[in-house]
Amino acid sequence: MSKLLETMRQSRESILQDWLTRLKSAVQRRDLISERDLVSQASEMVATLVDVPPGTTFEDFNSPAWQPLKAMLASLSVSRAMAGFTPSETAIFVLSLKPSLFGTARQQRGSDAEELYSDLLTINEFVDRLALHTTDSYIHGRDQVIVRQQEEMLELSTPVVTLWDGIVALPLIGTLDSARTQVVMESLLEAIVQTNSRFAIIDITGVPTVDTLVAQHLLKTITAARLMGAECILSGIRPQIAQTIVHLGINLQDVTTKSRLADAFRLALERSGRKVVRTENAVDRNAATQRGQ
Amino acid sequence: MLSGTVEKTEIVPIASSSDVVLVRQRVRLWTTELKFSLVDQTKIVTAASELGRNTLEHGGGGSLEIAAVTNGLRRGIRLQFSDQGPGIPDIAQALRDGFTTGGGMGLGLGGSKRLMNEFEIQPNPGGGTTVTAIRWK
Amino acid sequence: MERIPILRMGNYLLVTIQVDMHDKLALTLQDDLTNRISEVNAKGVLIDISSLEIVDSFIGRTLANIASMARILDAETVVVGMQPAVAITLVELGMSLPGIRTALNVESGMEFLRQTVMAYEGSDDAIGDSRED
Repeated sequence: MSKLLETMRQSRESILQDWLTRLKSAVQRRDLISERDLVSQASEMVATLVDVPPGTTFEDFNSPAWQPLKAMLASLSVSRAMAGFTPSETAIFVLSLKPSLFGTARQQRGSDAEELYSDLLTINEFVDRLALHTTDSYIHGRDQVIVRQQEEMLELSTPVVTLWDGIVALPLIGTLDSARTQVVMESLLEAIVQTNSRFAIIDITGVPTVDTLVAQHLLKTITAARLMGAECILSGIRPQIAQTIVHLGINLQDVTTKSRLADAFRLALERSGRKVVRTENAVDRNAATQRGQ
Repeated sequence: MLSGTVEKTEIVPIASSSDVVLVRQRVRLWTTELKFSLVDQTKIVTAASELGRNTLEHGGGGSLEIAAVTNGLRRGIRLQFSDQGPGIPDIAQALRDGFTTGGGMGLGLGGSKRLMNEFEIQPNPGGGTTVTAIRWK
Repeated sequence: MERIPILRMGNYLLVTIQVDMHDKLALTLQDDLTNRISEVNAKGVLIDISSLEIVDSFIGRTLANIASMARILDAETVVVGMQPAVAITLVELGMSLPGIRTALNVESGMEFLRQTVMAYEGSDDAIGDSRED
């Protein structure tokens, strides 16, 4: 197959011209890309495609030799996405190279139908994979944006609060998914170390649903905290969630749970050897204001 | 065959228990260079320790190939442990049993699998096993 | 052969693990500790792992074994200072080390031991390195 690539290297100009002719006569999205940029993108792609080391084959898609082409397509996909192209449009751009490559194969093979068929299949699969690679890059780019946004939201929405010496609380708000729980877990454990807190209250009043996965994540956090020497108390469990937990058969046996954050706090205070007492010095605002008159 | 293009590699022979420490150190170096987060580094090095010990104790010794890989979008680290030992008769079973607490000789494979993103066990043609694990950034 | 030093503080033994242990070293520690507990009739063992960046299943099992053996010899064990990344990884590995008491640091670990252990009268020796040399 490397003979095919060799031929393509030599006919790169005609391949490019053939492709450009078809690109220009198709729907171009001139609103998104100038003709000059289109020519530039196509040229770069053909050049990167044919300028691989000798011995490279189309079949070996994972070879390091194809890395430059994949990298070029990944950044092409991202820049086109930013320009406003849909991932399909970018994929079609790549796929439209096929007929030009097929043409080269046909010239080389002449009337040898079997060999030509085999070449066409190889080229077809290769270009398909290139097109899919641009789609993957698009999705990957979007995922990164989402992850970044999630992290930012996370920092805003999961502050760890120090309730008292050695007692921290983590009020969770919103849905807990795998990625989010990782971040939450890490920030709670870091806070435990930094504040030297033996007790951590995880309040889930603001968590709408608890499924098996969420429960697993919570349990992992609680177990990790225990390994570090801190005890977690789970609070803010609404009746529906209590029902869900039992129905799902989730085992919370080793976990202390309280329905209210206040109860969890009282428990943590007790367990750390503290007591809240009412003294005579309670200030009655109304009485004080009257006396002050 | 796990996906990914290899960028550069290092081989670490595993013949004694101090080699398992070496495995940890070398893998740590690679994960630092590849700029993995601290938690991810810990997971990867721990998985390497588990698998390295397996290679030594169950496989009678072997080697580790550390590689930086890319799938065109993300970078990652690939750990490939091979030995010429007795092999694993029932791979599916071994992955299920995973670690057994309290004195059992659990292969620790299930645990290592959970710490990495991609995981594959293949018997070697000449005998023994190759375990490949990848963690992406 | 290298060994991890075991310090004695009255009825308590204190071990700080700072090196990346190979398996033999861990087993040696297990041996040394159990011997030492018996020798001095220790009532508490504190193992400081705040410098350990990696705790795999072998080290985890070793710690669990030490705690079990110590208990049989009537000594309470507490493991202190586990790093967050290590804790997260151990949980992912499936090890929750149920039989081991843990504490955030040496201070709270010692407090736990003091509360759990009945101090013998007048047996608070000077702090010293108990390694035989």
